[in-house]
Amino acid sequence: MCLGVPGRIVRWIDHDPTFAKAEVEFSGVSRVVHMACVPEAIIGQYVIVHAGIAICVLDESEAEKTLAAFSTLEEVDDEIPR
Amino acid sequence: MKYLDEFRDVTVARKLIEQIRNRVTRPWVVMDVCGGQTHSLVRYGIESELAGCVELIHGPGCPVCVTSVELIDFAVTLSGQPKTIVASFGDMIRVPGSNDSLMQSRSRGGKVKIVYSPLDAVTFAAQNPELQIVFFAVGFETTAPATALAVLQAAKLGLTNFSVLPAHVRVLPAMQTIMEMPDNRVDAFLAAGHVCSITGFAHYEPFACEYQVPVVVTGFEPIDLLEGILRSVEMLEQGILAVDNRYGRSVQREGNVTAQALVDRVYIADDRDWRGFGTISGGGYRLRSQHANFDAFNRFPYKHGARASQKSECRGAEVMSGRIKPKQCPAFGTACTPESPLGAPMVSSEGACAAYFRFEPVLMENPQ
Amino acid sequence: MTVAKPTSTCPVASNGSNTIMLSHGEGGRAMRRLIRDRIAAKFAGETVQLHSDAASLGKIIGEIAMTTDSYVVSPIFFPGGDIGSLAVHGTVNDLAMAGAKPLYLTLALILEEGLPLETLDRVITSIAAAARVCDVQVVAGDTKVVSKGAVDGIFINTTGIGVFHSDHRMSGSSIQPGDALIVSGPIARHGLAVLAARESIVLDPPPITDSAPLHHVAQELVDVVGGDLRTMRDATRGGVAAVLHEWAEESGQAMWIEEVRLPLLPESHGVCELLGLDPLFVANEGTFVAAVAPHRIADAMAIMQRHISLGAPAHIGQARIRQLSPVLVARGLGADHPLDEPFAAMLPRIC
Repeated sequence: MCLGVPGRIVRWIDHDPTFAKAEVEFSGVSRVVHMACVPEAIIGQYVIVHAGIAICVLDESEAEKTLAAFSTLEEVDDEIPR
Repeated sequence: MKYLDEFRDVTVARKLIEQIRNRVTRPWVVMDVCGGQTHSLVRYGIESELAGCVELIHGPGCPVCVTSVELIDFAVTLSGQPKTIVASFGDMIRVPGSNDSLMQSRSRGGKVKIVYSPLDAVTFAAQNPELQIVFFAVGFETTAPATALAVLQAAKLGLTNFSVLPAHVRVLPAMQTIMEMPDNRVDAFLAAGHVCSITGFAHYEPFACEYQVPVVVTGFEPIDLLEGILRSVEMLEQGILAVDNRYGRSVQREGNVTAQALVDRVYIADDRDWRGFGTISGGGYRLRSQHANFDAFNRFPYKHGARASQKSECRGAEVMSGRIKPKQCPAFGTACTPESPLGAPMVSSEGACAAYFRFEPVLMENPQ
Repeated sequence: MTVAKPTSTCPVASNGSNTIMLSHGEGGRAMRRLIRDRIAAKFAGETVQLHSDAASLGKIIGEIAMTTDSYVVSPIFFPGGDIGSLAVHGTVNDLAMAGAKPLYLTLALILEEGLPLETLDRVITSIAAAARVCDVQVVAGDTKVVSKGAVDGIFINTTGIGVFHSDHRMSGSSIQPGDALIVSGPIARHGLAVLAARESIVLDPPPITDSAPLHHVAQELVDVVGGDLRTMRDATRGGVAAVLHEWAEESGQAMWIEEVRLPLLPESHGVCELLGLDPLFVANEGTFVAAVAPHRIADAMAIMQRHISLGAPAHIGQARIRQLSPVLVARGLGADHPLDEPFAAMLPRIC
């Protein structure tokens, strides 16, 4: 049961450990998300949101690394005659 | 959407499929244990693309599907009590218990509220002090922090009309159960990405070692899945029986420590009856005694071992343990459809049977 | 349909009340005043049936089209519309999609005891405004009040009368293999707007309904594309998926579409991802699907582009000879997947 969607933190609303909330944007739409599990997250970072709470901060450098690996994957493969 | 669309790129996916095909020297059996992954694998046609080189089987990845009939029956009973509302996720309300689902209970006057978040149920309870709100807390480790937080918020707010019906399940004990089955065929596991976002993956290391099975932490988009499968195949071909993480953008080895602490304040691991599997040791969470006043089992009378039955034609357990494919069940698509399901895997959109019913390509129409 | 229960303990309407009471539906002075002051007055200048049991429509030249629909949407108000404008647009669109020019509407209201009069006023104002925009006259009406709980605030039935503006009769059965399937604009807006409003899912900006009249674009399509326009249908309940299934059944062909070609606003995409919804199943109220002969795709799309405010019509697929599945979607890596028929309202899921 793991529908988790990446969204970008727009604004912190509350830093209370239990009621922590931030406004998080998904493709142009914002929603208030509970942040108790990611108190360290800062504005501009992406979080994975599941059932109304952020479950982790998305590591953008890891994502870029993966994507970069895909682009080399394509280059290498393009050289293979088909 | 950023960090979603890039991982659905068809060109990259095709390259990965080719790499997997090139790597395989014998057909391997890879099991996912997350309904979200089952859904994507079938929806994007990855399964049929890999036919003949990797067999994908879909384990008990749908927490809605493994929620015991007794718990559903209890929720249905509660929804019929005066001034009591059962709240849960949309996925849960169509799952049949012994007789009724929550949806059917609602049609008979039962009070059922669908929420997107358990914290919305807390807010609703705060706004409606004259009503008892019971949150039917289903889900894997991914969802447990949200419902644990709901309990902590309700405690802070001093709510006496909010409770949780704990039905969370834990993935690793189920993976162990599958590996202990004498007819198990699993060569490698894709570990559920968002479960690992919370739990990390260090605890899979002794498991991989003990059962001699590679475990690859994998995301949900087609490219994530293909990466996870490719890595599983590489590890199998090279005889590496360990854990690897292919969902680095959302998963760290130690997981989300804040979330783990939050869950630990509210829940403790406990034995749990999994629908179709029987009791799994450590297979679920119960509320800690200091939060007993938020436990629906305490607040409302509950008869343990109440008589419950699943319709006998359902072979969901065999499907979820990978012993048969959904289409091998004689009831699939005939007596059992998402509209009138015989068993839970056909109900939830992430159940293996429903995913097949909905997305499996019609092979006759795709001769290539 | 629930009807008013006769009751012996009916409260008497007091002048100071600001809610609907059972007496408002019981034929006396309260009812007469309600209809005169709060309903008929809003339709001033139109030939509303007021002092007679039946309206006279005069002579209608041409073949008459008639349709009826009931509106029970909850909540009554949602971003971009309300039950009143919906009750006009929905019925106008049913006429328009059949190739008829809408002329007249009837309006039947079933009101729940306790409904704030202010709410009724807003709905009636909305109905009147929508009717004006659609250039239809509300010619007959009925008002009933039922006891609390028998309906959810307000239910509306409208019957529409129109006149076909050509001899071409459209039908799903005339769809032939190779015909193009075109959707008029971004899908899934109405369903998301209502779902978010009903389930209190707070989103910023909130999703806005696409509810809008389609009679102008429909008329031009019929006039210009003629017989090459096989049929069209507004993709209401069950969304685009429901339309494709209806056409597959009526034509005996398969409806094949490509997922990547579906027009979807970025914000709708975000909400669908967040709530785990498939936009193909989400309702629309001002977006339609047309089946046209393949050589008229450009003509049809140009007309849609001109009329639909949000633009972006899309050629999403074609009719094919049926093999096995009635509706197929090419998804993901390109393989065709059968699309199941909508059977229940979409619910937000977390799985």
